[in-house]
Amino acid sequence: MTDETSAPPREPGFSTLAIHAGAQPDPTTGARATPIYQTTSFVFDDVDHAAALFGLQTFGNIYSRITNPTNAVLEERVAALEGGTAALAVASGHAAQHLVFHTLLTPGDEFIASRKLYGGSINQFNHAFKSFGWNVVWADPDDISSFEKAVTPKTKAIFTESIANPGGVVTDIAAISAVAKKAGVPLIVDNTLATPYLWQPIRHGADIVVHSATKFLGGHGNSIGGVIVDAGTFDWSATDRYPFLSKPRPEYSGMVLHETFGNFAFAIAARVLGLRDLGPALSPFNAFLILTGIETLGLRMQRHSENALKVAEYLAAHPKVEWVSYPGLASDRYHALAQQYLPKGAGAVFTFGLKGGYEAGVKLVSNVELFSHLANIGDTRSLIIHPASTTHRQLTDEAKVVAGAGPEVVRLSVGIEDVADIIGDLDQALAKV
Amino acid sequence: MNHDRYDDTYIRAILSEVRTIAIVGASANAARPSYFVMKYLSERGYRVFPVNPGQAGKTVAGLTFVATLADVPEPIDMVDVFRAPEHVPAVVDEVLKLDPLPKVLWTQLGVRNDEAAAKAEAAGLKVVMNRCPKIEYGRLSGEIGWTGVNSRTISSRKPLRLGEGVQRLSIAPRGPKSS
Repeated sequence: MTDETSAPPREPGFSTLAIHAGAQPDPTTGARATPIYQTTSFVFDDVDHAAALFGLQTFGNIYSRITNPTNAVLEERVAALEGGTAALAVASGHAAQHLVFHTLLTPGDEFIASRKLYGGSINQFNHAFKSFGWNVVWADPDDISSFEKAVTPKTKAIFTESIANPGGVVTDIAAISAVAKKAGVPLIVDNTLATPYLWQPIRHGADIVVHSATKFLGGHGNSIGGVIVDAGTFDWSATDRYPFLSKPRPEYSGMVLHETFGNFAFAIAARVLGLRDLGPALSPFNAFLILTGIETLGLRMQRHSENALKVAEYLAAHPKVEWVSYPGLASDRYHALAQQYLPKGAGAVFTFGLKGGYEAGVKLVSNVELFSHLANIGDTRSLIIHPASTTHRQLTDEAKVVAGAGPEVVRLSVGIEDVADIIGDLDQALAKV
Repeated sequence: MNHDRYDDTYIRAILSEVRTIAIVGASANAARPSYFVMKYLSERGYRVFPVNPGQAGKTVAGLTFVATLADVPEPIDMVDVFRAPEHVPAVVDEVLKLDPLPKVLWTQLGVRNDEAAAKAEAAGLKVVMNRCPKIEYGRLSGEIGWTGVNSRTISSRKPLRLGEGVQRLSIAPRGPKSS
């Protein structure tokens, strides 16, 4: 039998997926670009159809807090790029983390997290999550045995970043995955800084991947968004420790989500038990902008990484710079891990230390002209920040140092402008430090 | 054949060719997958016969239960099994007694029995295991993408709407009809 619509014989490559995955011509209008379905609600075919949708018995749209066709294209695309079975797009990276832990933990449970994380995540885990009774236990990504020692009968998950913000720390995901497997808990990896172009954590044992799509996925500094990717690898029914997935749910007349949805049950649970009830939905307009950004993700990450390496080399040779922490540099402590996990480049975000300490950091960010002094990363534009006086300000002095945000530290997110102009701007600003 | 993974062409050919589906272990409980899989397939145009001795004679969602496969009143193209793996051999024995023989034996997510599958294949049946026909139909039609699921298919052709509603898509071949 010939079949015109059969799948291609080989798996599509990354850039093909980045442009096409999830996005088919619109079935009603033929629109080729993904339309912005800026609507709250969707009409039902009939009463029976409505009942089937509310009961999760058929695929379709009810209300944009739960599903939206524009957001769905973003979800399928990121799932495809990460090599996952399904994804859920939400209002921000923080919302993504909130929904992941809400799906896994109940009050009194623990999770283990790498102590080298984005400062906002450290705050979320230490304070907001504690008020839900979800207790973080910190471990050191440079000492894998610290994760093993932190496991208790209450541990429900392990969380880490692939490349940690802000310090250019490369995490040995495969080694931490081995700890998670031994403990029988899922490994959650925040892949925001690497993006699936540079690193696909699911290939190394991640069970759930989260993104702040605000950063490199969107890539143009114009939209806040987050994504949760289900790897489809974790057996939620092996124990009764994940009742959202393995037990009959009263929210859906006793349906068991893992039994019903198989290897994409986590993404469904985060949607229908998390997003539906807690509500951090992504605007379809933001989903459209992030989707447009993803189409050029591969090209941008190549240029980001090339530029960042040249900037890191420049800074490493500068007399006012004490150290540079970029895993793309051969001298970096994480260079071996970067060669293992990041052969296409080490990303755009890294830190360096100024010999002049806190005052020098403040002077540098005050004198740049091309670099923007702001709290985001992952923009086409080059960005700079002094974490000790901004993003990591709320941490204790000791916690700042542990998180890689000591007083002398400056963080860069190197953009995709001409690298000579990027280096030229740092050069003139460093001259004034 | 290898039952660890299936080509899209294999699954699509099965779901395009079969018209009559008997569902062994179908439930009358609306929260059970075996209930809404039969309802979904019925709404996609298949003739569906729920098989469950405990429910025989009962009509749910317009579909009337029969007690055994032998009680299905017309030739069966595909038998979809919602029973635990250890019960599949007995179902296959029942299937192989049918005349005419069904074309396809399908077992649901989590249900795999390679020995029983080999027996069905030796009799000329195609076999699919550890998959859900509702999920596979939704994946190949494009419907499942509405839920953020990775359909693992890309296409520059417009999905086809099915029936009169707006929220149903078909797995029929897309694009201009070949002459």
